Parts: sequence; C-alpha cells; structure tokens
Amino acid sequence: MVVRSWRHIKERYCLIGTRCKTCGRIFFPSRNICPYCRRRGELEDYKLSGRGKVYSYSVVHVPPKELEMIAPYVIAIVELEEGPRITTQIDCKPEEVYIGMPVEVVFRRIKEDGEEGIIHYGYKFKPVENQ
Amino acid sequence: MKVGIVGYGSYIPKYRIKVEEIARVWGKDPEPIKRGLMVYEKSVPGPDEDTATISVEAGKNALKRGGIDPRDIGALYIGSESHPYAVKPTSTIVAEALELTPDLTCADLEFACKAGTAGIQICMGLVGSGMIKYGMAIGADTAQGAPGDALEYTAAAGGACYIIGSKRKEIIGEINDTYSFTTDTPDFWRREGRPYPKHGGRFTGEPAYFRHVINAAKGIMERIGTTPEDYDYCVFHQPNGKFYIRVAKYLGFKEEQYRDGLLTPYLGNTYSGAVPLGLSNILDRGKEGDRILAVSYGSGAGSDAFDITLTERIEEVKDRAPKTMDLLRRKEYIDYSVYLKYRRCIRV
Ligand SMILES: [Zn+2]
Repeated sequence: MVVRSWRHIKERYCLIGTRCKTCGRIFFPSRNICPYCRRRGELEDYKLSGRGKVYSYSVVHVPPKELEMIAPYVIAIVELEEGPRITTQIDCKPEEVYIGMPVEVVFRRIKEDGEEGIIHYGYKFKPVENQ
Repeated sequence: MKVGIVGYGSYIPKYRIKVEEIARVWGKDPEPIKRGLMVYEKSVPGPDEDTATISVEAGKNALKRGGIDPRDIGALYIGSESHPYAVKPTSTIVAEALELTPDLTCADLEFACKAGTAGIQICMGLVGSGMIKYGMAIGADTAQGAPGDALEYTAAAGGACYIIGSKRKEIIGEINDTYSFTTDTPDFWRREGRPYPKHGGRFTGEPAYFRHVINAAKGIMERIGTTPEDYDYCVFHQPNGKFYIRVAKYLGFKEEQYRDGLLTPYLGNTYSGAVPLGLSNILDRGKEGDRILAVSYGSGAGSDAFDITLTERIEEVKDRAPKTMDLLRRKEYIDYSVYLKYRRCIRV
C-alpha cells in the first residue's frame, strides 16, 4: 500500500501526466505507451494546469467507512482543459454542483491507513471563485 | 547582501465557527468572552485539510506572485505545532507537491507560534550567504484547544508562505533587519503523546507575550534607530485581539498602523500562521516605500522582529493570487457538532 501510493506521488500531488510527442495527445493518469501511435509514439511528462469543468457528477450519501467523515460528498468526472477526464471529489455542497461548473485543483488529504498508517495526499477540485 | 521577500501567499480554510456557538454548548455567556478576547469567530480546517495541505495552497500562491521556477528554491522550512505526523516531515510532502524536489534542503520547525518567522530568518541567512538562490518559509497551523478550554474559542487554522531572495529587481519587500529576543519561559506546552496543550493561565501575559514582543520590537528599533512614527504598518503575534492592541498601543503605534495586521477577531489564532497571515494582509494593501514592523511570538518563549520596506514591485505582484482578506471573507459557518466531527473529536 505504501509503495503503491508512493509510486504515484507525482501524478497525485502535481497532476503530472504524459504527452505523446508524436501525436500531441495528453494522458492522465500517465501511460507508458501511446495507444494511438503505439511504437511510433514517444511519451514525456506533462504538467496539467489543474483547471477544468464538471463533465458529470454524483452525490455520495452512503460512503465507504473511511469517508464517513465527509459524507455527503460530490464525486465528479472533471474534464481538464487539456482534454483528459479524471474522477475526483469536488469540495462544494451537493446543491452547488452542476454540469459545466468551472473547477480548479486543490491539494488535500485523500485518506489515511488507520490511526497508525500513512496519510495519503492528492488532488481534489473546488469551484473556481470569482476573483 | 540585501535580501527580501520575492513572493508571498496565504491560505485560510473556508469553515468558521462563532464564539456564540462554542459558548452555547458550554453554557457560557458569549458577550464577556467576545469582549475579553476580542475574537468573534475562528477558522476551522475541513476534514481533509491539515498543515501540509494549507502549506501547499499558501506555497502555490507565493510561487504565482513570485513568478519563480520552483526548482530554483534551495530550501523549504515549515514552522508549525500541528505537523500531521509525529515522525515524518511535513516539508517533504509540501516540497513534492510544489515541485521543489529533489535539489533542496527541507526541515520542519517547531517553536510554538513563531516557527514560521524562524524559517524566514533561516532563509535570510542561506540566501544572504549565497548558499541558495531562493528559500521558502511557511508558517501554518491547525491549532486545537481541548473542548471546554479557553483556547477552544481562538485556536484556528491557516498559513502563509514567504519566498526569500536577493535579486534587487525581484524583491517586493526588502528586509532591512531582523532581531530576536529569547528566554526560557514555560507559559505554554504540550508533552509528547498528549493531544492538547496546557498553558500557564495568567502567566501567559506579562512575563511571556508582552515581555518578549515588547523587547523584540524595542530591540530592533534601537538597533536601526527608528521610532514607531517611521512605520506605515505594524503587525504583532495575535493570540487574541486584546493582547495585540495592548502591545501596539504600549509601543506607541496608532490604529491606522496596527489595524490591517490584525486578523484574529474574525480568524482566531492561527499560531505559526498568525504573523505571516497578518503581514500578508499588509502586503496586499501596501505600496512602494511603505515600512513595516513585524514581531512574532512563540511560547517557551521568543519573539522575532523584522523591519521591511516595500518596493515598487509590490503593485505588480499583489493581484496574481487571492488576497488574504478575500480568503477571510469566503466562509461557511458550521455548528459545534460538525466542528467536533471535523476536528476528529468524534470517532467513527
Ligand atoms: Zn501518440
């Protein structure tokens, strides 16, 4: 568990995916092979902006045990500006979320392995505030 | 070498609880508490927020304002008394999330409420000596008071980040000098393994907060040869509104000088975040040539004083990230039971 989450730190902390140099497509989570270019593809790390829109969402009222503290909460598929869609929690009230809502990334605690284990951090999204 | 602030950013969680709500649960009259502390509400971290997440958000804002490549930051210090782990640094989590890794040195600092300003001083030394190009210092806390304790009305969450550099054209606030006043004074402590801190009651005032803040402020002004009239703004540690105003007035500062540094009445005491956040609100409002006196206080006890002059670059950077007052105004009130749940006082 510790090692598996450690390996994904760059993705989860910094929204770093991959970009195919051959076709320009961006992937998140990152891939080792471009499914379009196959062997002609060449992948490089690519930092996503962390801005996007809610593509679809659902409100979770009956959460798994470790997320009881935050229920009810909003889980959404966010379409990032660069194209990839990711599943993530949105930090807003269930009645506030809507399809097309502009959101931006925030760094949060995702879960912890009990009282003695590791704390897992990563991305969530929040509504973009009017500046 | 001249060193100064080249970037700053702040973060305040959105939840608030009112003093009335806490007093209601404990059967207390809120009016004397509000009058006595000059605190009306306080920030509460969300259940998925802690010192690491607050530091990352403040750090992102500081990087936006500084316009600096994160890989050029050679040191990161996080001052807090609520590090998420007892053993395992917060600073490595934050460094990774801000993409400062791996070419830097990191450490978590602890000195009650002044660990954030201690980090600024360390960065000044490293940058000033040429050992690193930029240093980042963060003061952040998710302070807890025991339920029913007087601290519960004020213990709050928030933090601010400062990037220290030495390139003349990048500096937004030149740090003219820093001076610290430190003694062994047991006014507030927490033993290993205990969840909540203890405090020395009345002992927290005169020999602790007032003695150290006053001596650090007087010490730095004596060293540079300034008087309160030379400053446009001042900011002091603010465990509550009353101590802050008393110390400001005692030192001879006027309301227009101390007003903008005081956030505690609607924020609560953010411990290591307090002076960093108060100073960020001053920078948000400041203009070229403004001179600032900032004095932190950490129980145990010590005070760090800074004399800062803003440059023309402040105008250029202040709007690049959310301002502290906007973060303070963005709020969602919660009741005491949700507060207990978020503060993990209810176990599931
Ligand atoms: Zn491709």
